[in-house]
Amino acid sequence: MSVFFTLSTWILPTFFVGTVLWAAVRNVPVYEAFVSGAKDGFETAVRIIPHLVGMMVAIRVFRDSGALGWMVGRLSEWVSVLFPPDVLPMVLLRPISGTGSLTYMIELFRSHGPDSWVGRLASTIQGSTDTTLYVITVYFGSVGIRQVRYALKVGLLSDLISAAASVAAVRWIFGPPPG
Amino acid sequence: MGMVSALWLGLLVSGFVVAALQGRIDAVTRGMLKGAEEGVAVALGLISILVLWLGVMRIAEEAGLIAALARALRPVARWLFPSVPADHPAMGSILANMSANILGLGNAATPLGLKAMSELQELNPLKDRASDAMCTLLALNTASLTILPTTVIALRMQYGSSDPTGIIAPTLLATAVGTASAVVLDRLYRKRDARRKGPGRG
Repeated sequence: MSVFFTLSTWILPTFFVGTVLWAAVRNVPVYEAFVSGAKDGFETAVRIIPHLVGMMVAIRVFRDSGALGWMVGRLSEWVSVLFPPDVLPMVLLRPISGTGSLTYMIELFRSHGPDSWVGRLASTIQGSTDTTLYVITVYFGSVGIRQVRYALKVGLLSDLISAAASVAAVRWIFGPPPG
Repeated sequence: MGMVSALWLGLLVSGFVVAALQGRIDAVTRGMLKGAEEGVAVALGLISILVLWLGVMRIAEEAGLIAALARALRPVARWLFPSVPADHPAMGSILANMSANILGLGNAATPLGLKAMSELQELNPLKDRASDAMCTLLALNTASLTILPTTVIALRMQYGSSDPTGIIAPTLLATAVGTASAVVLDRLYRKRDARRKGPGRG
């Protein structure tokens, strides 16, 4: 598995320095370009505050009330073959709301830690799929398509396959879940 | 009511009811206030990585990385979108959208994808029914093939991970499997539709 550890460690620094170097060779004023792009970063962070607050409040209310624990308990017999029950709410949220599943991932970071098995699985699920219902609504809505044919089925099925593949990949690289 | 509104309402109301039945409504109050506090904290914690990443991606854009990736993807796109003529503007937008997604530029990918949709609509004979090419574009976008899950890495750092980038390899594996499945499923459904309704439709 050491090849995966190497890949994970090297990809970010290599991409960063490689991009700057390649751009410099192509006569891009690299520092000026960096600053002009970086300006958007602050705005983006501020723009997502309402979304994060909204989702965080709903998920905290759902969890702190005990409703989440009840739901996970009910569903765990069914799904524990496929997913650890802890990440199930995240798998359900992922296609509906990207911020919702991101918020739930943060909850798992707080309760289990980001380097726990569940924390790593949540990270992988969040990074490997997109918000299917949002994409379908926005893309088809923009051109007035009403009959979406099989697009929704394909999107949701591939979300499920991605989540199952995340479990397999985390298990393969980091070993089976403890306990 | 949209899906997200329904989800939000469901979470809040079921939390309220469960807490009320257990006689601990204070859990709802605490959840509201703590949730709001944490939502702001998370967004502010993301500033550093968003500023850094969008800066790097602007360098990549000005150096022509998106264009270079789009050139490399052209043969793949021609295979994925057989119904789109290679010199049609839609092909260019599809390639730019795919490239921006792979580079993790969600903000750039969406407008490019919407441009591709309106150009595909010109080729679409039935204006309120999705064409084959549109379904394929959606399959690619909902599967989101990305090389670097930057937001996840940033949040892992914020919550004290000792190995924030360790999840890159499993994420790449899972997203590759997911995207491949989306492409295969899209092909299978497309063929099934063609068999059912005969040739010549959308």
